[in-house]
Amino acid sequence: MAGDSFDAAGLAVKPVLEIENLAIRFPTRAGLLHAARGVSFSLSKGETLALVGESGCGKTSVGLAVMGLLPKHAVVSADRLEIAGTDIRGMSQSRLDRIRGSRVAMVFQNAMSALNPTLKVGTQLVEVMTRHTDCDARTARARAISLLERMKVDRAAERLGHYPHQLSGGLRQRVMLAMALMCRPEVIIADEPTTALDVTVQAEVLALLKELQQELGLAVIFITHDLGVVSYISHRVAVMYAGEVVETGPTPEVIDNPAHPYSGALLASVPRFIQGPAAPRLGVIPGAVPSVMHEVTSCVFLDRCTMAADPCRRGPIDLDDAGLGRAVRCVRSPLRETSHPGTEGRTS
Amino acid sequence: MTPVLEIESGSFTYSRLDLMGRRIPVFTAVRDVSLTLKDGEILGIVGESGSGKSTLAKLLLGLLNLTEGDIRLMGRPRSGYGRREASRLVQPVFQDPYSSLNPRHSISRTIQRPLDIHSIGSRRERLERVRYVMECVGLPSRLADSYPRELSGGQRQRVAIARALAIAPKLLICDEPTSALDVSTQAQIVNLIKDLTQDLGFSCIFITHNLLLLQYIADKIAVMKSGAVLDYGSAHYVFNDTDNPYTKELMSSVMSV
Repeated sequence: MAGDSFDAAGLAVKPVLEIENLAIRFPTRAGLLHAARGVSFSLSKGETLALVGESGCGKTSVGLAVMGLLPKHAVVSADRLEIAGTDIRGMSQSRLDRIRGSRVAMVFQNAMSALNPTLKVGTQLVEVMTRHTDCDARTARARAISLLERMKVDRAAERLGHYPHQLSGGLRQRVMLAMALMCRPEVIIADEPTTALDVTVQAEVLALLKELQQELGLAVIFITHDLGVVSYISHRVAVMYAGEVVETGPTPEVIDNPAHPYSGALLASVPRFIQGPAAPRLGVIPGAVPSVMHEVTSCVFLDRCTMAADPCRRGPIDLDDAGLGRAVRCVRSPLRETSHPGTEGRTS
Repeated sequence: MTPVLEIESGSFTYSRLDLMGRRIPVFTAVRDVSLTLKDGEILGIVGESGSGKSTLAKLLLGLLNLTEGDIRLMGRPRSGYGRREASRLVQPVFQDPYSSLNPRHSISRTIQRPLDIHSIGSRRERLERVRYVMECVGLPSRLADSYPRELSGGQRQRVAIARALAIAPKLLICDEPTSALDVSTQAQIVNLIKDLTQDLGFSCIFITHNLLLLQYIADKIAVMKSGAVLDYGSAHYVFNDTDNPYTKELMSSVMSV
């Protein structure tokens, strides 16, 4: 099913989001922190790309960069950063304001802190639309009600008069989602939108997001650390580690047959249902995440990798095409060796 | 052999006092719970928010007292133990290793603290014990003089485990010990707790909202909802044979790879 919608969208449409060689750095007292480097991907209408990785891998920074929401002191560079054909590099806040909400919108993890506790949710939903478009409050209110109804919120009109604290976690997250959809954006960036929810509520909200995404043809960047959620929600996945995308490809293929040793090790550490008499054991990645305070001079996963060898030490590794829509940043990857015989000796 | 822990028809109702000082029951967070835990066993407790699993942890730690029913530790009623005596037997590991460690105490001081409080061993023996438990939980000895802020989340949780195990308790209560950690760190901590129960010989209650995680650690599982245990049995039974509709709903709601 996922494959179908990906093909249908991928064939016909120009990407709505294109990122090439994005780097995000934060000057700190201890030096330059490389939050993300060499990040490239594109996203088509109706497609969900999952950005997955552990804390500090740079996934949220990438999401914020697309929204133009990084703090002022962040140093952002990119060869390309386009939303629906509009270059947003170096764009002023007032022009970004026109794009935010109407072309690209964000759903945050913690609805309780992302919503204003002193305003009724109706006021907040309406404000999104009156601020970003020329629409009047009455139309905006009608749209808010219809969106909430679409999200199976009962007594939607009444809910608009409630404050965030009066709503359950699942309802608040539905309000967040409605808020993101108010101005009919083309791209949604969802940063861990269901992490704080109970599993049964999470399942409902994800099912809803998936339905809406297909119905409205949204392009979604779904940021998460949960590979189970990745496999349910996304068509494609980009695995991030220490600020780099180490592997990208169609979700089912990457999950079933990871090409980068880090993706493989991460998958082995995820609890799953295993039939059998004996209790299974979780896979462990030895060592800890490397510092991102210096320039890369070798493979970023080198110190923790069971496959590490000489070629891995020779300079930063490129994210190389591995065929069938997949790319991997590993010179030792079995996938890469079969598709490009003889790459092992390459140094770049 | 006497079970380490028995709870018999335990209930707890939060109450408030009215103007006359009478207790007015407000909310029953744990109702009619019966569980047993043998030496060296790991009991997994799973439930969603509001299921009463953390209230149960507080009851076991003696931070709250049952309003009905009994808890027995090593065959003796919980109420018969003094606070200090009970804490030699039962120790906690909390969810958030960022707030459960004193930021102004070094790692070795943090881990030694229970030994000081219970006046166990000489000064030298305490230092020796701290070194030993640090090694058990995989903390390099060079971190002994570090402070919590210098440690990663996984390392901090190892400190919390080392502190809990310093006085060799019989029962470890872990309330969502990996929820604030990354999956790869979670795997390290889960494997560590499982191995330590074997190597050092203690029992453990592992509270989580992730049913699948329990397949990797629990011998027995109790599924809680609205304060009650809805399903209870061996891990094998819960994962393979149960007919309980709520357990099945939880199982199907978990997003798995």
